[in-house]
Amino acid sequence: MAERGDDPFVIAGVTLASRLLLGTGGAASMTVIEETIEASGTALCTVSMRRHGVAAEGSLLDVLDARGVRILPNTAGCRTVREAVLTAELAREALETNWVKLEVVADEFTLLPDPIELLDAAEQLVGRGFVVLPYTNDDPILARRLQQAGCAAVMPLGAPIGTGLGLTNPHNIELIVSEATVPVILDAGIGTASDAALAMELGCDGVLLASAVTRAQDPQLMATAMRHAVLAGRAARRAGRIPKRVHAQASSPVHGMAVL
Amino acid sequence: MNVMVNGQPRQVAAGTTLQALIGAQTGGGRGGAAALDGDVVPRSQWPSTTLRDGSVVEIVTAVQGG
Repeated sequence: MAERGDDPFVIAGVTLASRLLLGTGGAASMTVIEETIEASGTALCTVSMRRHGVAAEGSLLDVLDARGVRILPNTAGCRTVREAVLTAELAREALETNWVKLEVVADEFTLLPDPIELLDAAEQLVGRGFVVLPYTNDDPILARRLQQAGCAAVMPLGAPIGTGLGLTNPHNIELIVSEATVPVILDAGIGTASDAALAMELGCDGVLLASAVTRAQDPQLMATAMRHAVLAGRAARRAGRIPKRVHAQASSPVHGMAVL
Repeated sequence: MNVMVNGQPRQVAAGTTLQALIGAQTGGGRGGAAALDGDVVPRSQWPSTTLRDGSVVEIVTAVQGG
């Protein structure tokens, strides 16, 4: 799929070769992770920090390194500022990166971000020198506050994590995009390729997804679909869509019709 | 003396360092980090950090997620 002109995707001064960011959660094996990284064309993958020995971490870091993708640790599962800050500090120490996907969720039922804790944690982490990419609600005002706090991107949800419901409030995503001064990355809720394309058409700078690929019946094929969807959505956004009309507008000439 | 390691009680010899504990627990490979009593201890300080009776240690590593 040809793209016209330079259209670099830059976060905190770092250019990423793909606007599709891939979570590794939910993949059935390292082989699936390798296949989906390859098929998606992603340049950045997220990981979580957990007690040593609770998961077969095996060669995850080796796999990611071998594929040349950037590693973005998250603070998944954290409920409080203290937990999130400490987890980010552990990740920085373990993975030698000051980038963090900040997640501070309110409960296990919704997995929705707790906005009060999130903003507080973001401010603290920025103050500690982190490049903070917060997973946030689709709330334009909260997104604004996170930008003002110095976050390197804002990552509003399309729908709750793992639901695959797509973009439940596209209007809010557009509002967030319209005043963003940092990249907007649609994070969570993507179910299929059209959801990712829509996010990009609305002006998001990137899409972060995991379950939609890792839990698809054919993860590799879905990763391919997402790669094309993000490219297509971005191209459509840049191309400028036609306005929606109430009535039809002929595409064939209206003059010169033969009188039959 | 008794310490807690990732939520499990363990007995270690007096004077055990964080470096020795993590080495025994994980092999000490890359991608790991540790907190002692709620504070992150940089890898460079593991050899000089001595556990005390009742120390609470968390050892984490990167896993699939996000």
